[in-house]
Amino acid sequence: MDFLRNMPFFCIILSMVSAVIISIMSDRVARVFSLCVIGAVSVMSAITFFYVAGVDQSYTYYMGHFPAPWGNEIRVGILEALTATIFSIVMFASVLGGMKRVFIDVAPKKRNLYYIMVDLLLAALLAMIYTNDLFTGYVFIEIMTISACALIMSRDNGHCLVSAMKYMIMSLIGSGLILFGLSMLYDLTGHLLMSNIKEVIAYNVANGRYELPLTITIGLLCVGIAIKSALFPFHSWLPDAYGYSTATSSALLSSLISKGYIFLLIKIMYRVIGMDVIVSTKIGNVFFVFGVIGMIAGSVRAIAQTDVRRMIAYSSVAQIGYIYMGMGLGTELGMMAAIFHIFAHASAKSMMFIAADGLSYVSNDSKEFRDLSGSAIKNPIAGATFTVGACSMIGIPMLAGFISKVCFADAAINAPTVKLVIVMLALAFSTLLNAVYFMRAIISIYRPVRDEDKGVMHKANPLFIVACIIFVALNVFLGTHAQPIIDFIFEGIDMFA
Amino acid sequence: MSKLKENYKDSFSQKFSDFMTGDLEVPDEVHPRKKQAKNNKVIQADEFFSEFTDADDIKRRELYQAFRNRKFMEWINRAYNIISVVVAITIICVLLFTVSFLPAFGDKDNPANNEVSERYIEDGLDETGAVNIVAGMILDYRAFDTFGESNVLFIACCCVLILLRNDDDEPLPDEDVVDFRRDIILEKAAKFLVPVILVFGIYVVLNGHLSPGGGFSGGAIMGAALILFACAYGFERMERIFSYKTFRRITFGALLFYGLAKSYSFFTGANHIESIIPLGTPGAILSSGLILYLNICVGLVVACTMYGFYTLFKRGRI
Amino acid sequence: MLKEIFSHLMTNYYETAAVIIFGIGFTTLLLNKNLIKKIIGFNLMDNAIYLFLASKGYIESRKAPIVVNGVRDMEAYINPIPAGLVLTGIVVSVSVTAIMLALTVKLYRRYHTLDIDEIAIISKKGGI
Repeated sequence: MDFLRNMPFFCIILSMVSAVIISIMSDRVARVFSLCVIGAVSVMSAITFFYVAGVDQSYTYYMGHFPAPWGNEIRVGILEALTATIFSIVMFASVLGGMKRVFIDVAPKKRNLYYIMVDLLLAALLAMIYTNDLFTGYVFIEIMTISACALIMSRDNGHCLVSAMKYMIMSLIGSGLILFGLSMLYDLTGHLLMSNIKEVIAYNVANGRYELPLTITIGLLCVGIAIKSALFPFHSWLPDAYGYSTATSSALLSSLISKGYIFLLIKIMYRVIGMDVIVSTKIGNVFFVFGVIGMIAGSVRAIAQTDVRRMIAYSSVAQIGYIYMGMGLGTELGMMAAIFHIFAHASAKSMMFIAADGLSYVSNDSKEFRDLSGSAIKNPIAGATFTVGACSMIGIPMLAGFISKVCFADAAINAPTVKLVIVMLALAFSTLLNAVYFMRAIISIYRPVRDEDKGVMHKANPLFIVACIIFVALNVFLGTHAQPIIDFIFEGIDMFA
Repeated sequence: MSKLKENYKDSFSQKFSDFMTGDLEVPDEVHPRKKQAKNNKVIQADEFFSEFTDADDIKRRELYQAFRNRKFMEWINRAYNIISVVVAITIICVLLFTVSFLPAFGDKDNPANNEVSERYIEDGLDETGAVNIVAGMILDYRAFDTFGESNVLFIACCCVLILLRNDDDEPLPDEDVVDFRRDIILEKAAKFLVPVILVFGIYVVLNGHLSPGGGFSGGAIMGAALILFACAYGFERMERIFSYKTFRRITFGALLFYGLAKSYSFFTGANHIESIIPLGTPGAILSSGLILYLNICVGLVVACTMYGFYTLFKRGRI
Repeated sequence: MLKEIFSHLMTNYYETAAVIIFGIGFTTLLLNKNLIKKIIGFNLMDNAIYLFLASKGYIESRKAPIVVNGVRDMEAYINPIPAGLVLTGIVVSVSVTAIMLALTVKLYRRYHTLDIDEIAIISKKGGI
């Protein structure tokens, strides 16, 4: 057996054990250590990706001495490895870019706890991406929820606490529904391993057994995960949580946590239930409707904001709507577009949060647009990064957001006419709204500085610059080398089946 | 509502509970709690935690009332209540309908009783060495889940630390917050109960692979013993045997051992290397490979976490 | 039809009870504005699911899965998997409850109220 096959396992265990080790470190050592761990995980994920792309087939990996339906196992395919790589790179850059802000925002004795949360979040993310067992998925969903809550509330102010509470309540309803769905699924199939459940479900469907409970179970699982990933009507906790927590937390929450849940949902759709069963239950249409409403409603609310971070947060609501819309199309093209948008959004949104933090750093820590005017001139790197992110969100060519919008449109053309019309209208309208609020933001940050402020040029710290360069490079890479990535996504979806 | 509150002091239930707690007969000057209440000391205790003064509090409440009394808020509230009831009833009905289609309760031919549980029962003893099949299952067959689960406990403890840890190491100024009074009955009872409970907890942990129980249940029992000790003798004496440093060391050591031991067994398992850990004779206390040691680790972590929760809630530090 | 459903419900009485408790918990979670009551509702929900899950392992006239006297027949013991899952689930719910309670304490110290709506509005309008 090839040694490189162990890489995903090393990633997961390394991040879990490092979280334990951080608990006895001082905060200075902790942040360097945690950064090293995330970097190592990125490298290892990249190695996994190239290995899987090289051998061109997925493999399962025993977690223990026992084969599949008895022991736990993880499964490594090309899509999993790609997602893990991109997510860990985004995480690395977010932690790097927001490090200074964490130092300011989090109380001195709690800083190492913050990095514990970051590491466990990484572990949960990786485990959810790689897992081949539904119950393992559930356990790591909970770890992710708790660490997300901790990331929100680690900054000690009222807004963060209130939104953490709201987030907890929402996600607990979600986990309740997921666990209920999971127990019903276990009752119906007698398995917890994804591939075995799929076999039994295919058998049941072919024989017409347990049709109604299966539909309800799928509904419970999908609604549970949709609640957790802040699909439109369940997004009430999101703006405050993203708007007021420390910059790294916002970046991680918006770009990774909700996306992790969505990735698990996609995995459940393909590997647990089977896409044909999902299509026959019409759950996709529900996603489609709420996704489209979310796209419009999120953008409209974003226009009304006067606070840059809250504006980006509402934009996240809209982008999650895009992803669910793609999944709701029910075709492979739509799913591909959704997955690509996960990557595009992850790379752009975290970049914007980090850059917005850099901007408010030079404007007396204010996040209001009227105070931000001229901040991009004082801190040119943050300004440029913010602009790149905004352009990517609007869909300017050469950047990742453009490709994902093209993919959505492409997927819609192959969908039924009603959906085609709705998708095209929603895409056009939402892009227009995106342009309105992001352009407003860009114009206001580049507004010339008053004479008395001109002398104050900000000297950006090197960590921030490195983070910005990583983000921009990732985004431009996704935008210019989209074709191989799209091919990999298709290949990965094929491997799912 | 306000009317109710005013009359509440004179109500029978309040008098009764005052009588039961012994607050009724004590003159104001003698009883420390009453005295503090009179001098508004309780509010000062609250002030210790918050940035607001009393006047701010009233202002904010007025703000909220003004907001609430607006017409559309009333409508929204009413609509929200109706919608929630409808949603809840729909969910119950749908789930009940679903339950009626599920496999029958207690039937041996249900889909859940398949080859998976068959192997656990028939070969579990040979493969894991644990007489308690559930322990063998969660700590050997499905150990990855369980490792995740102990991480959940760890992360929860860190979370509570972030939330409630009092950053200045000085003790809280007000007695009312810490609320420790020596109680002779409690002390005497704790004197013989604490060792008994501790020994019982250790027994449950050590026999986790032989009988019902295991790390989580045993750890919870040990945690209860620690909490009882702290209740009876106060945190100062508790700190002599169990400080934050001990807490950190135990948690760190146990979880690190757990992580490393399990990584070893995952790694050897996945690469089809024979594990060097002997299974021992089933039924003996030193048997079943790693399960015993993992149970001990989990037990330690759970005991520390339970005690940690208690003391963090009680006074903001461990 | 209705009669049939009812008779099925009576056979699956554990699951029925679990679903009803789940519903009660869910309603509590939705309707109450008091944070402590919300937490109670959430705990009811979780426990109902554990009841549901635990009842899945039961098989009539079989014993708990602890090997006694060397009997290792599948016919002798109930299904051990749901028991293990419930164990895991309980620990998760303990942790989550602790966090929720800690958050509640923290919110109470800051806002001097347990009403979630009041807290939300004060935090929105009151600045802090």
